[in-house]
This record gives sequence, structure tokens and C-alpha cells, in this order.
Amino acid sequence: MHWLALGEWSPYVVGIGIGVLSWITFILSDKPIGCSTAFTRASGMLERLLRGRGVLNKEYYRQFVPEIEWEWMLVVGVVVGAFISARLSGESTGRWVPDTWAASFGASPVLRWVVALVGGVLMGVGARWAGGCTSGHGISGTLQLAASSWLAAMGFFAGGIVMAMFIFRVLG
Amino acid sequence: MLRALHANKPAQLLIGFLVGLPFGFLLQKGGATQYDVIIGQLLFTDFTVVKIMLSAVVTGTLGIHLLRSLGVVRLHPKPGSLGASVIGSLIFGLGFGSLGYCPGTVAGAVGQGSLDALFGGVVGILIGAGLFAHVYPRLRAGILSWGDFGDVTLPQLLKVPPWVVVVPVVAALIGLLWWIESSGA
Repeated sequence: MHWLALGEWSPYVVGIGIGVLSWITFILSDKPIGCSTAFTRASGMLERLLRGRGVLNKEYYRQFVPEIEWEWMLVVGVVVGAFISARLSGESTGRWVPDTWAASFGASPVLRWVVALVGGVLMGVGARWAGGCTSGHGISGTLQLAASSWLAAMGFFAGGIVMAMFIFRVLG
Repeated sequence: MLRALHANKPAQLLIGFLVGLPFGFLLQKGGATQYDVIIGQLLFTDFTVVKIMLSAVVTGTLGIHLLRSLGVVRLHPKPGSLGASVIGSLIFGLGFGSLGYCPGTVAGAVGQGSLDALFGGVVGILIGAGLFAHVYPRLRAGILSWGDFGDVTLPQLLKVPPWVVVVPVVAALIGLLWWIESSGA
């Protein structure tokens, strides 16, 4: 079983595997794989803890009720699955600063944290604005040939390329 | 039988988890939970992410349309509009380039122990999703509905049977992968 401990699998094996998982969710759950509504629901759950039940009356939370459901559990599964994979290949954990970042901006966790946080906020807004993320639109939507998803997938990468080029080719 | 399974909430929670498990495992094994790999894709120095996504889309497109033709599954295309799909995806993209993970791979990065993903990415996405929920009533009738085209699929848009689009799209994506491989990326 040494292949389970390999650090890296062929991207084609991984991609085909994810494609097969999409068949499984359509068959067993009548749902496409997605990730970003889990964050909306979790955010609503946290806001409810801080501000009480009134939060549930927000229009968006009536549409995406802040509760643990299928997609929420899928995201929990992703955390655990990646943990198992990293453990089997003995990868180092507890890192703040990725190598590419450190090579251009140094090893300070603070700067990396600030940029990641700002990026996360933009991503949280953008994912819900577009109605999906790289999973829900980028994979599950494009494979259904949904017009919204092909448009969104192009926008995800266009925006991502512009920002990455700005950070690493202009600032870096 | 499947309909009863779809309506069984505890079973669905378990299925969600059991699908997430290999999804996270595969993303991590493929390198897609690494900041360096994702940023490498956006800088065109590493094509791992595109190889994973396109092979998933090719596999998924063929399988889902076959299952649909056999009457086993229904499609669930998301609705869209120019204001939602174009502007939202560009905002997402600017976040994607800054964070270096997406909502799925950030969860995998947390699992592998990347602290920037946990304290930067997850916290940021939760704040962003909360902000969006807050402003949603003011956006809904305005910018989000600008250029509304609904949950149309490309075959519906072109008024052709699904397979007329499936075959050339799959062929084009395989061609793109072949070109990426042959150019040594």
C-alpha cells in the first residue's frame, strides 16, 4: 500500500477520481459537489451565537439556513481526508508561510496572514455573489454545461491571474 | 429507492461526509491543497490545478450526461446573471490570487496543517460570507439581477441536444490537456 504514502499522485488520477465522485453525489444525494454555502451556513451559525436568533431572519439565511447539512459535512470530510493524506505521506504541518510566498516576501507570518485574510474576505463575498466557487461552479457546474458556471469559472481564473501577477510580478 | 435515500437526512449527512473524505484526500494527494501549486497555476509555472480540474470536468461531463440519458440523475445547473456571475467571479478571483486557496482546497489545507489557510483563509471566507449575507437584500434586485439569464445550460442556449455540446467540449478539453502535456508544462 505504499502508494497511499506517496506525496503526490498523478493529477489525472486525482481529476478522474473527483469526476467519479461527482457521479456518486448526483446518484446518491441528487446534488452536485460544492463548498462555499457551507461557509455561509457556518458564518450564520457563528453570528447567531454572537447576536441571537434574530440573525435567522436575514433574507439570505432564510435561503441558506444556518444549520449543519450535506455540504457542511462534505467540507468536514475534506478537512479529515486531507489530514489523513498528509499524515500518510508524512508532510510537515503547522506552517504559516508557504515557500513561494517566503521567496518573495520573507518568512514573516504577519504579512502572509493579513494578505490571506483579505483574500479570504474577497473570496467569501465573491463566492456568494457569483453563487458558487471553484468546486460548485468550476467543476460541478461546468460538467453540467451550465452557462453561469462557464462564465464564473473564467472569471475566477481571470481575477486570480491578475491578482497573482500583481503580487508576484509587480510587488514581488 | 434513490428518492427515499435523497430524503433521508441522517443518511445524507453521512454521505456528505463520506464523499468529502476522498475529495479532500484526492485534493491533498494531487497537490491542490498547496499554496505553491495553486499560485504556480495562476502564474503559469505549474499546470497541476488545470490538469486536475479539466480531467475532473471531462470525467464528470461524460458520466453525468450518460447517467442523465439513462434517466438515473437530474441536472442542477445554477442560475446566473451578468451582474452576479461576471462581477462575483472577478471578486472571487482577486481573493483567489491573494489567498492562494479556494473554499474547497482551503479546507484541505487546514487538514494538512497550513496555518495561513486556517487563520487567514477560513476566517476571511467566514467574514466575507457573513458580509455578503448582510448586504444581499440591497444587491438582490439590483446588480445581482442585472443581465439575468437563469439556470440555462449551453445546449439549451444553443437549442441543440446535450450530446451535441458534450462531445465537442470533451474533445476540446482533452485537446487542451494534450497541448499542455506536449508543451512540457
